Amino acid sequence: MDISLLKLTNINQAYGNQVVVNNLSLTLKKGVIGCLLGPSGCGKTTVLRCIAGFEPITTGEISLNDVKVNSSGFSLRPEKRRIGMVFQDYALFPHLTVASNIDFGLYYLHHTERTLRVTEMLQTVGLADVTNSYPHELSGGQQQRVALARALAPRPDLLLLDEPFSNLDVNLRERLSLEIRDILKSQGTTAILVTHDQNEAFAIADEIGVMHHGEIIQWDTAYNLYHRPSSRFVANFVGQGVFLSGRVLDSRHVEIELGVLTVDISHQCTSDCRVCGAGCYVDVLVRPDDIVHDDTSSLQAQVVHKAFRGAEILYTLRLPGGGTALSLVPSHHNHAVGENIGIKLEVDHVVAFSQTAP
Amino acid sequence: MLNVKSEDRSTRTSFFNCSPYGFRAIFSWRFIPVLVAVLVLIPVGTILLSFLAPAGDVWQHLVETILPSLLINTFWLTLGVAVSSALLGVSLAWFTAVCEFPGRKFFSWGLLLPLAIPAYVMAFVTLGLFDFTGPVQTLLRSWVGPEQFWFPNVRGRLGVIIVMTLAFYPYVYLLARNAFLTQGKRSLEAAQSLGFNRMQGFLKVALPMARPWIASGVMLVLMETLADFGTVAVFNYDTFTTAIYKAWFSMFSLSAASQLASLLIVIVFVLIVMEQQFRSRMRYAETKHSSRIPRIPLTGWRAWGVAGFALAILFFAFLLPITQLIIWATDTFVEEFNQLYLGFLWHSLMLSGLAALLTCSVAVLVVYSARRHPDTVTRVAVRIATIGYALPGVVLAVGIFVPLAWLDNWLSEMAMQLFHIETGSLIQGTLAIMLIAYMTRFLAVGHNPIDSAMQRITFSIDEASMGLGLNGWSMLKRVHLPILKGGIFTAVTLVFVDVMKEMPITLMTRPFGWDTLAVRIFEMTSEGEWEQAALPAVALVLAGLIPIVLLTRQVEK
Repeated sequence: MDISLLKLTNINQAYGNQVVVNNLSLTLKKGVIGCLLGPSGCGKTTVLRCIAGFEPITTGEISLNDVKVNSSGFSLRPEKRRIGMVFQDYALFPHLTVASNIDFGLYYLHHTERTLRVTEMLQTVGLADVTNSYPHELSGGQQQRVALARALAPRPDLLLLDEPFSNLDVNLRERLSLEIRDILKSQGTTAILVTHDQNEAFAIADEIGVMHHGEIIQWDTAYNLYHRPSSRFVANFVGQGVFLSGRVLDSRHVEIELGVLTVDISHQCTSDCRVCGAGCYVDVLVRPDDIVHDDTSSLQAQVVHKAFRGAEILYTLRLPGGGTALSLVPSHHNHAVGENIGIKLEVDHVVAFSQTAP
Repeated sequence: MLNVKSEDRSTRTSFFNCSPYGFRAIFSWRFIPVLVAVLVLIPVGTILLSFLAPAGDVWQHLVETILPSLLINTFWLTLGVAVSSALLGVSLAWFTAVCEFPGRKFFSWGLLLPLAIPAYVMAFVTLGLFDFTGPVQTLLRSWVGPEQFWFPNVRGRLGVIIVMTLAFYPYVYLLARNAFLTQGKRSLEAAQSLGFNRMQGFLKVALPMARPWIASGVMLVLMETLADFGTVAVFNYDTFTTAIYKAWFSMFSLSAASQLASLLIVIVFVLIVMEQQFRSRMRYAETKHSSRIPRIPLTGWRAWGVAGFALAILFFAFLLPITQLIIWATDTFVEEFNQLYLGFLWHSLMLSGLAALLTCSVAVLVVYSARRHPDTVTRVAVRIATIGYALPGVVLAVGIFVPLAWLDNWLSEMAMQLFHIETGSLIQGTLAIMLIAYMTRFLAVGHNPIDSAMQRITFSIDEASMGLGLNGWSMLKRVHLPILKGGIFTAVTLVFVDVMKEMPITLMTRPFGWDTLAVRIFEMTSEGEWEQAALPAVALVLAGLIPIVLLTRQVEK
């Protein structure tokens, strides 16, 4: 299984003077679902369209199954790449029924095989009862499934999904993203998803690349992106949290106004801490789940805002030293704005950036 | 937990519900579309009923002599024009909407320019240019000598088809282009990602997806072709419209004219039904505008071939006729630009202005009433009221004249009996009748832009402005009018220009002494005086350019 299916090497893309993709490289193994996550305008969709062959790249190289499909002066036509694509607006063919839409790319098969494959796909995505409907008669979620089935039907080597859930409402998004992950995994499909929604990325992808200004800042698992962000941008973009100013005591200890943190693993902090050494000042990332509510604690903070989220309440707290922090608390601990509550630090992963670092 | 939103329109308060006008009690808004619908139904009904009327001698004579050739002529003409404008319109639309070639931006709007030239103007210019005595054949004869020289007969069927195609292809072009632009290149890319190249993608995806638009454009072309009077009159190519005109004005048989008209109207109705079908399917095929779409770059001989093709069409459909018109107009300017000409111009402007004001005021009322009463009766009434655009002007003229003649007779008889006065005709040949005929024919032209502007004033806008303390006139002035302004302006312009170019209704219902530019062109061309028709035609083309400017603004978007 350890074969790299897709490989991008130092690709660049620009419209006129505007650099859209900047020296980007990535590798995707067979069967893995990857994701490009980033704010709008970061170039993630362009990367996808370059892989599909709809956009030319300025420099760099793209290879699929160790075959170059795009390099300087050469570009394999999109229709020859065996790459399936699910478009943001689905781009279903409105003049064809659901079955004919799915059948569209199966022209190379024999008639009976075609019918078989269409039936199989209809069942896989759970649309057997709308076989003969037209796209405009379907709900958004159903259209989305047709788009997926159409792209998967010819068994592409790679599937690209461009913001596939952006046209759906939030409830459906969550359900469908898990469903689609199951379908992709059951078909053994290698896929890349593009989204600006981290929940979507977390739900579907095995590996996620956070993009900013046409570059991949960090390529990692969802867990690592959240708990071990490699840069301030990733730390800010993925999950919530605040930075609290701290002072390095030694290579394993950092002091912030809420107490001394012990750095158990030598991940981000140590490199940074070592750079600036004992006594230097750092910004420590404190996530809402790092601050735990504890009525018995002597450490008190004042509630500034509260956001009720059903199972939990997200409190914004003013710390005694004047700093602000977030805390996620089970919602039966209901406190009013202005009240002082007891808190406790539970930081498993210390993430710190030296204060001069970008 | 359940949040049930009340969307019932009848419970909503809108502008006119809360207006404190007393006349609301006796005056129902619903009345307006119904009234206009009746105005359309009277001529249509009259014409259809005449089909049942006993066949007179003239009708018998027509059936035996010219009817078969009328049918054959009409068949070949509509078929030829429909097929060739579809080919021309769709190919040009594809190239300018999706491909990139030298001059693409210019051609995008440039190819609409032929719309500014009325078909009958294009017709007489073409005849003047290519006829036996015209400059082209004269020049060719002087080169090769008169003996072994052969030139196709311009006056024949092929000539009419070519002229009408060049005049009407922009309808298909405009709609197909719109289809190709809105469907975006996403679906083409989808086809590519499923293993089809771009040519296959065009045939298998883009073309079928654009089918309702293309069909709708072809239907428009067919209707224009069937309704055309001026072009076939110039070419002496007998179709229903010219036959109806002759039956009335040469054979003086109104009944034969209306019986011919009834045949034409049946053909038109088949087209209307088909057109509505296609129109309803356009809605489903529409997709959201995709952002930045890279065009397919054409290179080498392909690029220049396409540019050459577009240029050739533009040359024959616009540049050549315009140049010839200008040459003729300058040649005859000194003798033709006189008091008489200013009279024609004045009449044209006057009539078009009045008709545009009347038509658009009615359109505004119809639109408001449809908004106020979104029920079936009103919807059907609006549908009927705006169907006049499909009725050939000749048919409408006959259909209006017949009941009026009857009414006039009755009125003068009454006057005779009651007051012993000789009144003569009271209503026939008045300006009012002519304006009403224009209004019936062109209401749809004015209705469309105003209606789509009105779509933007949602009921929540009304509610929001009421919430901010506006009501009645203040809401009309500060909210509705500013939003509707653009639509009303477009409507007035379009109707104005359409009426100015209109020929058969003007010809057949004008009061004595109300000769317009179009009438002048008809009279000059029926005597073969092409040069004398040029100066009035230039004025029409100039007016015709205004809507093109409005259109190109949309195209550029």
